[in-house]
Amino acid sequence: MSSTPAVELRGIGKRFPGVIANYNVDLNVRAGTIHAIVGENGAGKSTLMKTLYGMQEPDSGTISVEGAERRFKSPSDAINAGIGMVHQHFMLADNLTVLENIILGSEPGRRGIIDSKQARTRIEEIMSAISTDLDLDVPVSELGVGERQRVEIVKVLFRGARILILDEPTAVLVPEEVDELFVTLSSLVNDGATVIFISHKLDEVLQVSNDITVMRQGTTVAETTPGSIDRSGLAELMVGSELPSPEGRTSDIKDDVRLNVENLTVMGFEGRPAVDGASITIRSGEIVGIAGVEGNGQYELCAALLGLVPSTGTVTVDGADLTKATTRQRHDAGLAYIPFDRHREGLMLNAPLWENTLLGREDEDQFGKGPLVDAASIRAYTVDIIKRFGVLTPNETTPAFALSGGNQQKLIVGRTLTTNPGVLVAAHPTRGIDVGAQAAVWDEIRRARDNGMAVLLVSADLEELLGLSDSIAVMFDGSITATLNPDDVTASELGSYMTGAHEEVAS
Amino acid sequence: MSETATAPSRPSGPLAKILTPSRASGLRTSGTTLASSLIAVIIALGISAVMLFITGKDPVTALTTIIDTAQNTDKLLEMMRRATPLIFSATAVAIGFKMNIFNIGVEGQYLFAALMAAEAGSHLSLPGPLHVTAILVVALISGAAWAGISAFLKVRKNIHEVISTIMLNYIALSFIQWLFNSFFRDDSVEGLNIKTTIIEESGRLPDLVEGRLNSMFIIALIVVAIFWVVVYRSTFGFKLRASGYNATAASTAGISATKMTVIALLLSGAVAGLVAMQSVLGETHAYGPSATPIQLGFAGITVALLGRNHPVGIVIAALLFGFLDSTSAQLQLADVPNSIVKVMQAIIVLTVVIVNEAAVRRTNIKTAERARAELAAGSGA
Repeated sequence: MSSTPAVELRGIGKRFPGVIANYNVDLNVRAGTIHAIVGENGAGKSTLMKTLYGMQEPDSGTISVEGAERRFKSPSDAINAGIGMVHQHFMLADNLTVLENIILGSEPGRRGIIDSKQARTRIEEIMSAISTDLDLDVPVSELGVGERQRVEIVKVLFRGARILILDEPTAVLVPEEVDELFVTLSSLVNDGATVIFISHKLDEVLQVSNDITVMRQGTTVAETTPGSIDRSGLAELMVGSELPSPEGRTSDIKDDVRLNVENLTVMGFEGRPAVDGASITIRSGEIVGIAGVEGNGQYELCAALLGLVPSTGTVTVDGADLTKATTRQRHDAGLAYIPFDRHREGLMLNAPLWENTLLGREDEDQFGKGPLVDAASIRAYTVDIIKRFGVLTPNETTPAFALSGGNQQKLIVGRTLTTNPGVLVAAHPTRGIDVGAQAAVWDEIRRARDNGMAVLLVSADLEELLGLSDSIAVMFDGSITATLNPDDVTASELGSYMTGAHEEVAS
Repeated sequence: MSETATAPSRPSGPLAKILTPSRASGLRTSGTTLASSLIAVIIALGISAVMLFITGKDPVTALTTIIDTAQNTDKLLEMMRRATPLIFSATAVAIGFKMNIFNIGVEGQYLFAALMAAEAGSHLSLPGPLHVTAILVVALISGAAWAGISAFLKVRKNIHEVISTIMLNYIALSFIQWLFNSFFRDDSVEGLNIKTTIIEESGRLPDLVEGRLNSMFIIALIVVAIFWVVVYRSTFGFKLRASGYNATAASTAGISATKMTVIALLLSGAVAGLVAMQSVLGETHAYGPSATPIQLGFAGITVALLGRNHPVGIVIAALLFGFLDSTSAQLQLADVPNSIVKVMQAIIVLTVVIVNEAAVRRTNIKTAERARAELAAGSGA
């Protein structure tokens, strides 16, 4: 093992309008190792990797690759320095073959004629070096997700990369594929390559990496190794010592059923149900958590509850049958929604905050003067939300894009909870927001819950699920495969339910 | 994109003083728009001057001709007359643009409406204001009906409105020709100037300035004012704009995309129906293949873009186009070909779009930085 680090970053800083994404980032990746970078969503991992891959230039700091200081103006500079990136969302052309995809953009050959024999030989060398096997002549569209990821890895190696960045590579994989990926990664480092592995899944990080760098709120806060830290120690480093607890399940569940869902089924794109016969009952004052690896039907479940996608089965809120109701009728019946993706589903980024508050509430009498919008009233109302929910903003006319993610989320939570909903569908309510904002959002949801609101909480944050939920339903492949008591289950047990490992013993 | 919060959560206290309502940002935005449009026009005039020079014409003569035209009252009335149909046409386009619907079919909608309104008007015999109102209503309904076909195709058959409105332009032309030749043509008129039967005196809209400017100009300003109130001040307009800002967020919030699409296209078509009314009510008093002005629907797209879909911008842009049109005769006398005038219009549009895009980006970055700075000052106090 060489003593020159494969990658060394010193004092990297990167600002975007309204956001400091990275500051004082130091990173030292030893050659021939798997180096994990962990941190919460929004901790600045992706920004850092974009900097390292030349997708953006840092405002300050230095990048050294294999001992030589470098400036990357574009990804091609990074590729020339031997850095390759395997993106979270694969960038493959579905209708081309595996071979064509691998050589796309760096086709070997002369005078515009592709030498596919030479390409094939080189790809086979690469595949044997990392002990993987792919059929080079099938179109990528016929491959599974795990195989597509290996195509991406081979493609990056084909371009001569010695340092591979993998951005959340396991997010899209099923457990067996994760194991295969880890075998591939080990072969890679045995072959002399260096792997930078970005993740927020601590168990995987502890299993596979040699070194770990922890990021929090835009900067690197700790360097450690799997041998010298355990899972909870790592979690504490990730969220900081002031770890706010989502505890407080003092809830007093009433008898009245507020949300009743029976046999809800949503058809997916490929004729397979995205949600398959889900039934959920939530009572007044109760929080039911939905656990699951992303993409197992959670979004479709919420969308169907809100009437955004067609579904079969019945949905009632406070006894009123909403099965055939429009989204607006469901809102009026007391069903409120904190969306998965606040930028896509929740906000008009170019509109001022007060118009964002008005969104979905424009038909309320208090915000109208006949057919006109009562701007004074909605603006005053927005100022109240800003104060009560601690939204950090100059004023209510500031456009939404100028706010940080946490403050955008607080505005959405404020807009939603001030309707006094009977049922709240909260999808990742604290995703990508800072610790203080997280605690504030939890407080508000708990307060509304104490006043009798029923909550369906979808979250990828297991601590949040275990801390807030009165019961946890596990979604796997569109079905609710288990209903668990959060007092009797640990985060790692929950994790194995989520990957389907406990399916056979589900209650 | 990373979403690291930049300031600690400190909800109360020092924030209070910066939470006072302010209208400044809105004013600043329209100010920027106006300034950048002016800069763009100046740049465009510069490019045009170079172009004139290259083609061997004298830019100075052209400029003095333009300045002379601007000082001629008759020419200014001409400018307003030419601007009138463009205001309707651009407003129709802007209504669609407000929710990201591209109504490219104003051309077909207004020609169809012109034929229907002129024909209906020729059969009616009502007291003055009622007769005119009836003709306007027929125009509104006909324009809306023709646009309604595209609305139906979009929400029921998922056919993009750009495709359907463009295709319906061609269909409208043939359909109108067939209707006109088979049923509506006044056979007592011979020669090239064929028309529908002339509308009676009661169904005519008086001129504001005899022979120079029709009162349709006032109606155009009223329609723009209504457009402003409806789009920027009404609850309906908010839903329309919300669908345009972020269609997914709007439907998640329960604003029906289907309903808004249908209403927006119908409204757009209705306003489009008024484009040729200056001709039908004030000038020709009939529809005629060579008498009714064409191509105004496409010009409206340009004017709407130039005016950034804002009511005030539309009026200014329409007047600018009307002015350039009214100078073309004078410029031709000064040896500047009409094609150069058209090229100048195109250059103005391109530069305005480019300059505005740059200005908006700059404003956005500045807004975000200002928000940060104000927060930093606020929490430090």
